[in-house]
Amino acid sequence: MDAHVAQLQMQYRNYILSLYQQGFLDDQFTELKSLQDDGSPDFVAEVLSLFFDDCVKLVGNMARALDQIGTVDFCQVGANVHQLKGSSSSVGAKRVKGLCINFKELCEAKNYEGCVRCLQQVDIEYKTLKAKLQDMFNLEKQIVQAGGIVPQVDIN
Amino acid sequence: MVCEMETDHQTEEMDVEVLSSMWPEDVGGTEPDNQFNVEKPAGDSDTLKEVDIAEKRTMADLKRLPDLLDTTDQGSSQLTNLVKQWEYMQDHAVRLLREELKILTKQREEAEAKELKIIEEHNFESEEPENVPVLDESSDLFRRFKEKKRDKLVGRKRIEIDEEFDTVAYWKQKALSLEKMLEASTERERRLIKKLNESLKTMESHSAPVEELTQNLKRAEGFLHFILQNAPIVMGHQDKDLRYLFIYNKFPTLREHDILGKTDVEIFHGGGVKESEDFKREVLEKGKASKREITFETDLFGSKTFLIYVEPVYNKAREKIGINYMGMEVTDQVRKREKMAKLREDNAVRKAMESELTKTIHITEETMRAKQMLATMSHEIRSPLSGVVGMAEILSTTKLDKEQRQLLNVMISSGDLVLQLINDILDLSKVESGVMKLEATKFRPREVVKHVLQTAAASLKKELTLEGNIADEVPILVVGDVLRIRQILTNLISNAIKFTHQGKVGIKLKVIPEPSFANGLELNADAEEQNGLTETETSVWIRCDVYDTGIGIPENALPCLFKKYMQASADHARKYGGTGLGLAICKQLVELMGGQLTVTSQVDLGSTFTFILPYKVATSNDHSDDQDEFSDMVDHQPEPDDSTEGYFQFKPLLGSIYSNGGPVIGNNFLPHKVMLPSPVKLINGQSEAVQVENGGCMDGPRHETRSGHCPESAHQYENGNGPCHSKESESCSSSQASSEMESEFTVSSPREEEKAETVVKETSKQPKILLVEDNKINIMVAKSMMKQLGYTFDIANNGVEAVTAINGSSYDLVLMDVCMPVLDGLKATRLIRSYEQSGNWDAAVEAGVDIKTLEDKQLCVRSTNRLPIIAMTANTLSESSEECYANGMDSFISKPVTLQKLKECLKQYLH
Repeated sequence: MDAHVAQLQMQYRNYILSLYQQGFLDDQFTELKSLQDDGSPDFVAEVLSLFFDDCVKLVGNMARALDQIGTVDFCQVGANVHQLKGSSSSVGAKRVKGLCINFKELCEAKNYEGCVRCLQQVDIEYKTLKAKLQDMFNLEKQIVQAGGIVPQVDIN
Repeated sequence: MVCEMETDHQTEEMDVEVLSSMWPEDVGGTEPDNQFNVEKPAGDSDTLKEVDIAEKRTMADLKRLPDLLDTTDQGSSQLTNLVKQWEYMQDHAVRLLREELKILTKQREEAEAKELKIIEEHNFESEEPENVPVLDESSDLFRRFKEKKRDKLVGRKRIEIDEEFDTVAYWKQKALSLEKMLEASTERERRLIKKLNESLKTMESHSAPVEELTQNLKRAEGFLHFILQNAPIVMGHQDKDLRYLFIYNKFPTLREHDILGKTDVEIFHGGGVKESEDFKREVLEKGKASKREITFETDLFGSKTFLIYVEPVYNKAREKIGINYMGMEVTDQVRKREKMAKLREDNAVRKAMESELTKTIHITEETMRAKQMLATMSHEIRSPLSGVVGMAEILSTTKLDKEQRQLLNVMISSGDLVLQLINDILDLSKVESGVMKLEATKFRPREVVKHVLQTAAASLKKELTLEGNIADEVPILVVGDVLRIRQILTNLISNAIKFTHQGKVGIKLKVIPEPSFANGLELNADAEEQNGLTETETSVWIRCDVYDTGIGIPENALPCLFKKYMQASADHARKYGGTGLGLAICKQLVELMGGQLTVTSQVDLGSTFTFILPYKVATSNDHSDDQDEFSDMVDHQPEPDDSTEGYFQFKPLLGSIYSNGGPVIGNNFLPHKVMLPSPVKLINGQSEAVQVENGGCMDGPRHETRSGHCPESAHQYENGNGPCHSKESESCSSSQASSEMESEFTVSSPREEEKAETVVKETSKQPKILLVEDNKINIMVAKSMMKQLGYTFDIANNGVEAVTAINGSSYDLVLMDVCMPVLDGLKATRLIRSYEQSGNWDAAVEAGVDIKTLEDKQLCVRSTNRLPIIAMTANTLSESSEECYANGMDSFISKPVTLQKLKECLKQYLH
């Protein structure tokens, strides 16, 4: 039992580390995790689900805006990108954030092709991240179910 | 006979064919584009190329080749072969002819016998036996006649005689007809003889060797053509001077006269030509045939690789007269081969890299695991320890007698030190990767030394004298990274104590001139910068000696002394324990700060570790408000001010600061039971601490105290709706707050220290904060952080809402997002500032913000104070800090907001 927990914990640590190493997450995510305590045990999950809802909404908005070929409202797209950038920056979704920074520049340059490409990338990236984090939560759940505590991972 | 002769001839021809079967007879002749076809007129050829070849061939064959064949060994041997072959053929023909002759003779004899028999029969039939004796005399002639008769068997005619048998007329007529027949026979004989002569003549001419040879040669030629006509082969013969005498090239790019009589070097230019020339010469000199691959790089036919075979050619006198040369183009093959080799090589390299990578990955994984373990371990240690230290600090605020306070102070500083050390061990990896930052804080070297010694003395189990000696010229106050310096000192001291069994251990500080190693070194400049030193400020180099009278270090162990996980010897490791990490950390830290750590030692006499570091000299007049954490603690002690004292000594037992003879030695004075009370007790302790800070009654009932002292303003403005709040929500939020605290202290978390500070802050009136932010997620995160820090806040989703909120309520601080819909942070800030100056919202109204009511009394109050507005920027070009300041903001926090940033900011503006 203990060995199982230890193994799960190790797996969890490695997984988290890999997320950082592959640039999915940055320090802000650590920050987020540290904000979670017994008073708000699901804080991270709540924020993230909010974030992903936001992603769906914003990506949808942008897709619609970019669909209006010829009359693309780059201002509107820009506003959405800004929102997404802020959100991703707050949760530490590093890759999404990086894409948003590019996206914003493309938007300001009114580069239609660039925007569409970037939007696709964002779409892929946030979904990837979502899947990864889902895995992470599953691992956490498994650890708890196995009677262990979710270890804190020092990414340094 | 003619017929026989013809048969003979055919037989002969057939024989020839059998013998020379190596040269298919008609190959050459059937090929329409026969290159070697000498008979074909050159002008007939369709293409220039063919013309060329035909010419070439003609020239080479008719002029050069016979010469060659005559003069060279190969040539003569070939001729010999041909002659032999011909002779053999002739022999064979003669043999066959003889056999034929024999058969013919036999046939003739048979025929004669038959003739005789027939004549006898005829005589019998014709009843003319008397004729026989007449003819008997000339039997030879008769025989010949008979023979001729037999010869003409096919055309034999019976002699018709009309006359009656045995009459005179009959005989006369018979004689006449016989005479006629004889004449005809003689005539035939003559003709046959003539034919025979003719036949003999033709036979003679036919058997001449030249014709045979020519034919053979033609066949050989034909075969060669057939084989070579599409082969990528160049053949040639060159003389002693390597001049071409003959060349055959299927795809010539040069004309005959461009080549013949010239050498390679004269014909071609470019890579490989010289090499091939040299190679040919080499073969010529050595006299041994040889092969070589040569890559040519010529203008004429580009880059091509040839496999060249060269053999020397001798004349009959065994003298070298030139070389035969044959080249086959193998460019593609070579290229393929090289490609293959390259692939193979690449493959090998890749494999090697792969294995290397796997190794690296393995090592990295190991390292990561080790690092992770270290992190976890130190985390496990750090968490309970911070509890210990935190509680001790709280305890120190209670009423204690002098002795208790002294014990407690040592306890706190030791615990603090352990905490720091754990952090610093973790930092070792940061130093290595170059991410460690040094902090510049003011500190008093004397106090640091004293405290290090004091701490060391507290856990001293040996009879050692600890002393500190600080030269007078060492400044009272310097700037440097006190934590690191203290870490170094503590490390060196504990090392010294560990390896010293009697005598003393001490620290000596003195000022030295700038050491030579620091001169003009960029490294040093960097380090100074990191240390917070700039060139305009006075800096001072201080040398610190940590000396002992211990076992010393053998000279051969000195080099690996500062290496990680290394100890002077395995023996020592067993005997004294330790990780072997201490000195490595020290050295790295000292070097990071731009200094140098050295050691001198003598076995059995002791060691001295010396480190030299640069410090900035701080002026001491502001020393009342510059206390760092460490001196802070020291100053809490009601002890005589020792900031200028230059010498301390801690003697074993009686000399220790714990002169009452209490439980000084070992860990006894750190009672664990007291340090790890139950969570409830902790909360109570916390509450008490709060009371003390507030100057409240310490002995009041605990529960009463908690609810009574729970800050009134806590969690009041969660909804951002002004000062109206119910009793219920208050108690609810306070109980929530306390449960929060409880959980904080039961769960191992590095935030405990922060929490402790927060608790202290909560004693002042809860400030009112407005967060202006449009991003839900950011709000959520900020909310959580604020909760951690013990604050609550109101939320506005844009600039207009912010202005409205500020109009409706008074705030102590505004956190303002810059980029927002409706009204951005910069504009909102300008409007707020305008309101503060003018006392009205005219500007806001002008800007289109709908301000419903203007409450004058609040207006008056607000207009006198400047509301701190802190921007939250994403650090992009459009949200520069300059712009924030220009629009009336006081400060800014860069996004994403972290707990640390928020804490610092709030600390700065909420006092």
